[in-house]
Amino acid sequence: MEMNNDKAAMALKPAGHWERRLPLAIGMGLFLLPLLGIPVKTYLTLTIAGLAMGMLLFLVASGVSIIFGLMDVINFAHGALFTWGAYVGFSIFRLLNKWVDAESVLQNVGAFTIAVVAAMVVVAFLGVVLERVIVRRVYGSHLFQILITFGSTIVLVELIRVLWGPNDEVMPVPLRFQGNWDVMDVIVLRYPIVCILMGLAVYALIQLVLKRTKLGTIVRAGVEDLDMVQAMGHNIFLLLTGVFAVGAALAALGGLAMAMFTLQVYPDMGSTYLLFAFIVVIIGGLGSVTGSLVGALIVGLAYNYVAYLIPWAAAGVNILIMIVILLIRPTGLFPVGK
Amino acid sequence: MNEIVLAVEGVHTFIGRHHILQGVSFEATADNVTVLIGRNGAGKSTALRSIIGLLPTSEGRILHRGREIHKKKPYQIAREGIGFVPEHMGIFSNLTVEENMRVAMLVEDAATAHRLERTLAMFGDLRKFWTAKAGNLSGGQKQMLAIARAIVNDTSLLLVDEPSKGLAPIIIESLIDAINQIKEHSVVVLVEQNFHLASSVGDQYYILDDGTVVQKGVMEGLAGNQELKSRYLGISKAENPFGNEQ
Repeated sequence: MEMNNDKAAMALKPAGHWERRLPLAIGMGLFLLPLLGIPVKTYLTLTIAGLAMGMLLFLVASGVSIIFGLMDVINFAHGALFTWGAYVGFSIFRLLNKWVDAESVLQNVGAFTIAVVAAMVVVAFLGVVLERVIVRRVYGSHLFQILITFGSTIVLVELIRVLWGPNDEVMPVPLRFQGNWDVMDVIVLRYPIVCILMGLAVYALIQLVLKRTKLGTIVRAGVEDLDMVQAMGHNIFLLLTGVFAVGAALAALGGLAMAMFTLQVYPDMGSTYLLFAFIVVIIGGLGSVTGSLVGALIVGLAYNYVAYLIPWAAAGVNILIMIVILLIRPTGLFPVGK
Repeated sequence: MNEIVLAVEGVHTFIGRHHILQGVSFEATADNVTVLIGRNGAGKSTALRSIIGLLPTSEGRILHRGREIHKKKPYQIAREGIGFVPEHMGIFSNLTVEENMRVAMLVEDAATAHRLERTLAMFGDLRKFWTAKAGNLSGGQKQMLAIARAIVNDTSLLLVDEPSKGLAPIIIESLIDAINQIKEHSVVVLVEQNFHLASSVGDQYYILDDGTVVQKGVMEGLAGNQELKSRYLGISKAENPFGNEQ
């Protein structure tokens, strides 16, 4: 059973070039435009800070994006899971304070690794409980999802106040993660570089799993049509729980990394970054991990450049970018699925 | 007597408040293609979605090779060896043809590889566009892919919902050839409004109307029964522009 080749080839022609190059053009424009008003050395410092902030936002937003893209669940509790990640890391750093304050790189990295693993495991478990007990009951109803996950946020944040207290705390950071390098008279902070590398590693890992493994292919198929995936013999309930747990673990990693970046933890920190995460996800396109990365970098860079040039406009610039992108492409830069 | 592969016994299905299937009963036997026909809204697609478990039944039983499946989840039913091709085809547009096939393969062993080769021999275009995004395929190619995914596993029963919908007559002829090949390996239950396709591949038929089976018989009998075709399928004696009865 074969079809006319010419017709088939016509059907396979790629979409318009300008559409595919738009994200790149916007990214490059944003990246280079501030050079007009900022000295080069300051520009490099701001760029590194922006990339680091972007990568941290990517860690939070990718979880939101995957959970919405696959499960069609608007998870307002993501911010609380982010905060839990920060606090679990905070406790681990306090517990391992000798390693944190040690001069040894090995001990510093060891403490950081243990904190990351503990935060991700604890919050992934919280995510599993949240999905099984609460979210599963409200699949298909966005209104109920918003209400019930918002309620869960209150419970999770109050639990933080009970377990860790209501006050802001200073986040310990392993000694070797602090300080800076002087690269040709440009001050390069160490930790933002760690954040950039960590964000790239997480992105590569997610892409590897999504694109190169069968499980990832099934997840991407599920983003498009969950019914069809289960009609093909795949247990979507297990898949959904797993995806929620991964999304929660990414939120935890983002929370821990952000707390180390801002050097503080406080019970309401999740709500601040959840807003950024939603902006990132809307700009990038719901369900797209690459969209989350590009959206997060746009937000991170724009925030840092504008905060230097026009400090009062920093908070609003990302809303403006979101509006402009939505006017041009209502489904975001990298639309996926349904 | 042929083995009963699928038995639907007095099944009731609701969609929201709407009582769609109102005690539907039919059987699909080995070596036969069973065709469910009827007007729009008669409950044909709902019957297939109830069998695969995507719609829960409220009453009645569905048995596959004598085992009850109506209380099972869709993925468990699919693993019993039941393939499903929905009306909208259910293609994963952002995945390549290869990835669509990989999602469908429950086990990637030698037997599956053999079935894949057989399927690709049947649908040559899929091999040609193996690495292309499925969303860029034509309607006929998407239908090929949808059927290929459903038969790449060890499928003993294949449920196909209106495969001819929106396809050109020449593609429908290819589809008839394909279904005639598939029925050598699997029992096929076909929902179809295109009478030419239904009569070309079908062995037995059930006519559904308002959620119940109102008539059943062998396909040759229906071809000559103008009154039934006119009443339940809206087919007049006049030939259609393509020269086939539709």
